[in-house]
Amino acid sequence: MATLFFFYFAGIIVLTSILVVALRNPIYSALSLLIMFFHVAGLYVTLRAEFLAAVQVIVYAGAILVLYLFVVMLLNVKREDRYHPQFLLGTLLGLTLLTEGLLLVFRGTVPEQPASVPAATGATQAGSSVLPLVGNTETIGEVLFSTYLYPFEIASLILLVAMIGAIVLAKKDIGGREA
Amino acid sequence: MNVPLSYYLILSAIVFTTGVVGVLIRRNIIIILLSIELMLNATNINFVAFSYYLQNIAGQVFVFFALTVAAAEVAVGLAIIIALYRTKASINVDDFQLLKW
Repeated sequence: MATLFFFYFAGIIVLTSILVVALRNPIYSALSLLIMFFHVAGLYVTLRAEFLAAVQVIVYAGAILVLYLFVVMLLNVKREDRYHPQFLLGTLLGLTLLTEGLLLVFRGTVPEQPASVPAATGATQAGSSVLPLVGNTETIGEVLFSTYLYPFEIASLILLVAMIGAIVLAKKDIGGREA
Repeated sequence: MNVPLSYYLILSAIVFTTGVVGVLIRRNIIIILLSIELMLNATNINFVAFSYYLQNIAGQVFVFFALTVAAAEVAVGLAIIIALYRTKASINVDDFQLLKW
């Protein structure tokens, strides 16, 4: 059953991600990216990351993609967009990268099953916390506000800087002078 | 019946490569930014899969941070696109070669 779900989600993810790159109209690309985000959220649910699935839908599908659609419709670009002349080179590079990645996956040693003994996977190390049986959201919250408190504050700073930067970049003239 | 971890890695590799190819072959800046989102999502799939298979919550926390960075990147990137469109009335990357020698 889990395998069935995985192949459904994976198939749709691969299909829509290829469509994002292949489609001519930016609106269709953004919409297929929306479908991909939802299926990635589904994949997160099968991996028992319910909080991240919800965040994926709310932040990616709800905020980021709406921003993209706003800009696509604001700019109203109708012109046909041909592929770049370096199409062949790009595809070749992509295939090389894919082959390399797949070789690494097949030649490396990865755990094929979830670790059955959580205590053996570094529970005693600082900064790592074992997935307990309580809710996923509670666990993330506890780790985020204890071990990763400093990166969390940095993340808020990044968001503030990005907000100021976006306003400064997109505003027409600041303080009366031409931007 | 669990899915092997390597399946997730292969899926992530395919999506990431699609993003790389999209950045390289498209000329529309918006599509290029969408391809960057594809790559970020591929890494996020990897993080969550490893978090599940190693039974360690840290991977999910890092997905959270990646999400934050993605949101910031989108805000700044789209603002840059709007500023570019205002100066040249185009979002084709071939039209912006001022810094190219």
